[in-house]
Amino acid sequence: MAKSQARTIAIFAALAILLVVATLFLGSSAAKHWLGEPPEPAFHGRDVSKENWGGPFTLSDSSNQPRSLADFRGKVVLLSFGYTHCPDVCPTTLAKFAEVRRLLGPDGARVQGIFVTIDPERDTAELLGKYVPEFDSTFIGLRGNEQQTDAVTKSFHANYQIIDYKGTTMVDHTASTYIIDPQGKVRVFTPYDQSARELADDVAVLLRQG
Amino acid sequence: MRVDDAWVRGTVEGQTGSGAYMRLTSREDAVLTGASCPDAQTVEIHEMKLVNDMMTMRKIDRLPLPAKQTVGLDHDYHVMLIGLRKQLVAGQTLHLDLRVLDAKGKEHVVAVDAPIRALNAPKADAPAQDRAHG
Repeated sequence: MAKSQARTIAIFAALAILLVVATLFLGSSAAKHWLGEPPEPAFHGRDVSKENWGGPFTLSDSSNQPRSLADFRGKVVLLSFGYTHCPDVCPTTLAKFAEVRRLLGPDGARVQGIFVTIDPERDTAELLGKYVPEFDSTFIGLRGNEQQTDAVTKSFHANYQIIDYKGTTMVDHTASTYIIDPQGKVRVFTPYDQSARELADDVAVLLRQG
Repeated sequence: MRVDDAWVRGTVEGQTGSGAYMRLTSREDAVLTGASCPDAQTVEIHEMKLVNDMMTMRKIDRLPLPAKQTVGLDHDYHVMLIGLRKQLVAGQTLHLDLRVLDAKGKEHVVAVDAPIRALNAPKADAPAQDRAHG
């Protein structure tokens, strides 16, 4: 074999390897970072990992048993605040949580839906116990007294107000969903109009991180 | 007056509030001024607004129904049922009477027999242009 022919083959081989490496590099997130493109956000919702929202709480479930966030370690928790007399937002949100569990298939078993009432005066343990499981039999409703309710909403940076408007009791409240990782940390704040698919995607990211 | 896709969200025992949804199309300019229901103490037309992630609901006294335009009481507006006297069981219907003023100021009652769906019934997605408002 001629020496020049061997050299040509070696050059082609080197170029081929270079091409593969370059392709892999340019497709990687490191390249995007190096090229100055902003890294893609990990979540559809707002990443609140650094905000230190939430934290431990103790509220009562529909059997009047104390429950805290630590009871759900190892699961991703979808948490929303609301009230059972809510005509629209609360049932829509809880129906969405149930849809997220279905969309995730077998992983759905690692998702816990929690509904915290901000209207404990009307939402008795009995009523919560009937209402919440209508959406998914594994979901739980939690309630506290007024001070506990204020403390938990404050720690989640949620707002609510119960007012009398033209003679009717009106309840305004934060309509977003909190996604809590398996370690009990609030990670994502999801606006009301985000779809079950987007919510499920964000839950899947947290389940993969473990 | 045409009423389309009317339905009511079912309730569990002990729950005394719920919502009814529908779309209204009036042949002539009209105004929806209220509603009543034999099975509820109070019925109100509500407007919902998302303000800083907080959903606010307020009673409105007049909802204009411009001629031949479909006005949805299914996303930004809904019919709120307060003080229900019975459980709303999926599969049954609930009778509602809408109060509507015509252009001459004459009041008409539009009867609606809305099917009751399950408490966990999903709502149809809002049209794309509505979603932008949250």
